[in-house]
Formats: sequence, structure tokens, C-alpha cells
Amino acid sequence: MKFRKVVSAALAAAMLMTGAACADTINIAVQGPLTGAAAVYGNAVVNGAKLGADYVNAIDPDYQVNIIPEDDEHDAEKAINAYNAALDAGAQMMLGTTTTTPCIAVSAQAYEDRVFMLTPSASSPAVTEGKDNMYQVCFTDPNQGLASAQYIVDNALATKVAVIYNNADSYSTGIYQTFVDKAAELGLEVVAVSTFTDDTTDFSVQVNAAKDAGADLVFLPIYYTPASQILVYAKGIEYAPVFFGVDGMDGILTMEGFDTSLAEGVMLLTPFSADAEDELTKLFVSQYEAQFGEVPNQFAADAFDGVIALYTASKNAGITGETSPEDACEMLIAQFPSLSVSGLTGDMTWSADGTVNKTPTAVIIKDGAYVGYTK
Amino acid sequence: MLSFMSSLIQGISLGSVYAIIALGYTMVYGIAKMLNFAHGDVIMVGAYVSFCATQYWGMPPLVSVVISMLVCTMLGVIIERLAYKPLRQATSLAVLITAIGMSYLLQNLALLIWGANPKVFTSIVPFGALKLFDGQLMITGETMVTMVCCIIIMVALTVFTGKTKMGKAMRAVSEDKGAAQLMGINVNLTISITFAIGSALAAIAGVLLCSAYPTLMPTTGAMPGIKAFTAAVFGGIGSIPGAMLGGILLGIIEILGKTYISTELGDALVFAVLIVVLLVKPTGLLGKKVHEKV
Repeated sequence: MKFRKVVSAALAAAMLMTGAACADTINIAVQGPLTGAAAVYGNAVVNGAKLGADYVNAIDPDYQVNIIPEDDEHDAEKAINAYNAALDAGAQMMLGTTTTTPCIAVSAQAYEDRVFMLTPSASSPAVTEGKDNMYQVCFTDPNQGLASAQYIVDNALATKVAVIYNNADSYSTGIYQTFVDKAAELGLEVVAVSTFTDDTTDFSVQVNAAKDAGADLVFLPIYYTPASQILVYAKGIEYAPVFFGVDGMDGILTMEGFDTSLAEGVMLLTPFSADAEDELTKLFVSQYEAQFGEVPNQFAADAFDGVIALYTASKNAGITGETSPEDACEMLIAQFPSLSVSGLTGDMTWSADGTVNKTPTAVIIKDGAYVGYTK
Repeated sequence: MLSFMSSLIQGISLGSVYAIIALGYTMVYGIAKMLNFAHGDVIMVGAYVSFCATQYWGMPPLVSVVISMLVCTMLGVIIERLAYKPLRQATSLAVLITAIGMSYLLQNLALLIWGANPKVFTSIVPFGALKLFDGQLMITGETMVTMVCCIIIMVALTVFTGKTKMGKAMRAVSEDKGAAQLMGINVNLTISITFAIGSALAAIAGVLLCSAYPTLMPTTGAMPGIKAFTAAVFGGIGSIPGAMLGGILLGIIEILGKTYISTELGDALVFAVLIVVLLVKPTGLLGKKVHEKV
């Protein structure tokens, strides 16, 4: 009798499982550095994507999303191996890769193989250039310059602006170029522009140039390490304009030994702020904290939105678990330019060149934490 | 005018950091006749030791400087003993390549121990800026301390090499190693002590460099090291007042060039000046002309 009970229980379980399999499941590879120096980004993306999958799976039991995480160690060669491994594991499309250099390598391969890719965070224009199958959830670097100038003007943050950028870095020069063009168009006066390189130790000239020109806002399209030096020097000469950064500034608060009071009042443009008051953000942040023990960053939010975008587009296109990656690619390419998704990082639409359109918000650093900016 | 003064002061501030580093370069070159390219990286180690002492072990800043000097002195002597001493009779090219290798070794060890993430160094200088002309002209505390240290070190070194027995031995070794040995001078000990002093200076330079420019990374010493080497050559390598003069002039040229010509050309100017000086006066500003006998 006992044996029959076990068998019937097993049968019932098997029937349930077939029932679940009747729902369509699409397989999405999520790729990024899960180990190594850039692991913080890849893990944020995979964690965000997992929550994204949980979210859509709970809403739509008939159309499920399965995540296949792959580690590329932020290395272009390993990234190709990881991409192939994901395809072997049954991935039909890719949410990735997380970092720019591997993404350029993988997207070239995926373009030849006809596999659809949506990167949550690789922001260089080189990622999407000339590839009809490559889309971005994040802003491209130059677009951050446009959005920053627009934001400064819209919110009347300043009348005289100085820019300090790294002219040895394509990320920084790219944002700088679009920023000054847009500033000229909007009538925002750029009173001082100065540069530095990766080897620069002394930032006095750059900060003094901004101070002497009477700038009330200093735009810093740079990473947080030189930014911290600029803040320290500005404090030393008692110069306190608004410092306005872009996503490279994210991370300044976690630098070891950094006096966070120096960053008080620093603003940065980011599409996601963890303390936003909308329901979706609250749900996301609380679940992320519960499962992974930390406050989610912009990468996790972009990955969450990427899953929602892929889910929506796949469902609209009628992709099933049986669709081949090649067919799925063409179906998604047809879908994305007309797609409209509302996620954690705002309301998104896409241009056919793969870049995203969404409204950025600014956060301001208060008491050592990011707070949404309100006038 | 005030903005010119302000740039000049900033230039002297940067220059005095270069000068302290250049003193170490020029000491070792003058006596051991070798270019210790690892000097910049000893600076970095010095700054890290001081950082650890204050941040992790909660020591007062001045004590951390002393610890950092001790660690760097030991490091300098060990480097000399392990890497350079076996090459005493080798060609100068072999020694030069070993020094470059040592520089990379130190950088990568620092990468292993302290990681790639930059750390922010807390200034050891307890007082703020000196304000002149209603705050229009400001001299930061770090600038004043660096300048004072630089002058003290230069005077002390000049007196040391001129008056003390060990200093005289150093000059003798510098002039003619073989003859010095015949006169009963312990050449190996003299060179070791030179390295010890040079490395202790590197520790001070590291702490002052990072107090003024607070980002600390495994490559922090590299560029200031090269600039200071330029300064030492500029002032006449081997000459102690020359290193100080070269360092300060280089700092002033860099800052004034960036302020009045272009921030993009600042570094190019520094090295252009070096080329011009070497073309016009190959021994540097205060260098002695030495006739090679064949």
C-alpha cells in the first residue's frame, strides 16, 4: 500500500510538472563578470535579472522566463566562451553583456550568429553601432551629456557652468562633447573647460579655472576617483559650487577612507534611485535587500527592466520555448522599435539604432546617501 | 596678479613634492651611480603603510610617518641587497632593467596586498590654509609643510654629505669606487646606507604627496616618480641643491603652463623643458661637468 501511495504521489507531481511545462518558457542568457575585479557589476545584473524573472513569472503563469547566468570575468575572450555556453544551454536571446569591452566582442559574434542582445549597462555607442540586433537599456555615454545639459537648464541649477573632463578617456570626452553642444543650443553658458589625464596628480589648475571664471556649477563627466581629488581640493580652497556628475560618479561614497561629507550636495544623473517612492521601486528594493542583503544599484535596476522588456517583446512577437535563437532575433528586431516599456528606470522606448529613450532623474548626496532630487 | 601668485604658490607646492622625491633619486644616483626607477614605488609603499597605520591600527599621523620611514628603509635595504648588490659589477643597462623590473614587482605586490580600488588618504597636516589678501590668496597647510620639509631635508643632506664621516665616505665612493675601497672605505655598507636614506626620504615624500593629492593606488608613485626623475636630471643629477631647484622649477612650469597655455599641454611642456635643458646644458642646471678619461 505504501508503495502505491508513493507512485501515485510521484505521478501527481509529474502531471503537475507537465502542466507547468505547457506554459511557454523563454530562455534568456544573462552574462556579466560574476568573478574578478568587475564582479560587483555582473552580480548586480544577474540578481536584478532574477528578480525581474520572478516578477513577470508571478504575473503571467502562462508565459515564463528562465534565466541562464554566465560568467565572462570582464574579459573579451572569456565572454565569447560564456556566450557559446549559454547558447548550448538553450538560451534564445541575451540580456548582456554587462561591461562594455566584452560586449563589443560578443555583440560582433551575435550579429553574425543572429542572436538578439539587449545590454543592461554597456553604454558605449560602439556596442550598438552597425548592429541591428543590439539594443541598450542604459543611456549611451554621449546621451548622458545631452540629458545632463537639459536637466541643468530645466531645473535652473546654474547660469555659469564649468566642465572638467578626462581627455585621455573616450567615455569622458564623449559626454563632454555632447554636453557642450547641447549647452550651446540651450543657451547655458560654459565659462571654463579644463582637462586632465589618467596620470594627473594635481587638480588645482582645473578647479581654480572654474572658480576664477565664477562658475556656480561644475560638470564632472568623469569617474569617481579623480572626482574625489577635485572635491578635496575644492574644499581646501573653500570653493563650493554644485558638482554635477554622471554615472561614473556612482561609487564615490564607497571609496575607502573617503570623507563622505566632502560629497555633500554632489548631484548625479542616474536613471534609477533606490529611494524613489513608486510601488515598483519599493517592491524591487525590499525584495533585493531581502534576497541579496544590499541596496540595489543602477545595474540591477537596468537588468530588471531588461527582463521586462525582453518578456514583453517576446510575448508580443509570439516567441515560444521552441523558437530558434535566429528566428527569435528577427522577431525581436521587428518588435523593439515599436516597444514601450515602463520599468524601474522610467518609461522606455527604443530607436531602431538600438539606443534607448527615457527621462533621467537626478539624485543628490545627503548625509552620505543618495536622495532623489526635488527643487 | 593674485591669480598668478596663486598659481605660483601651487606650482611651488607641487614642485616641492617633486623635489623631495628627486632628492632620493639624486642621492642614489650620485653615490651608487644607478637610476633607481623603483624609487617612485617605494613612495607608494610608504603612503600605504602610513594609510594602514592611521586607518586600521588607529595610530596618530606622526607615528605613522615614523613607521612608514622604518618600513621603507628596510624595504630599500632589502631591495638593494637582493636585486642590486649582485649586479655591482654588471653593466649599467642590466642594473637599469632590474630597477624597472623591481618597480613593476612592487606595483603588483601592492595590487595583491591592497587591491586595485583607490583609497583616499587623510592628510597628516592638522592645520588649514593660510589666507592672505582677504582669502583671495590661499596657501594650504600641506603646501607649507611640504616646503618646510623640503628645505630641512636639503640642508640636512648637504650637511650630512659635507661634514660627517659617512657623508665623506659617500662622496668618495661617488668619485671613485675602486680608490675609495683601497682607502679602507666599506663600499657596500656605504651604498646600503645611501639606499636606506633614500628610501626613508621616499616614505616622507609618499606621505606628503598623498596628503596634498589624496588618492592612493598601486600606481600612485609612478608618474610623480618619473616627473621627479625629470626634475633631478633638470637640476643636474647627483647634485642635492640641483634636485631641489629642478623639482620646484618643474612644478612651477607645469602649473603655469597648465594655467596660461593649456591644461592639455601641461605634461608635454614639462618634458619639452627637459629636452631643451639637456640640449643646451647636458649636465643639468647645477650639474658638474665630468671629463671622461679614456
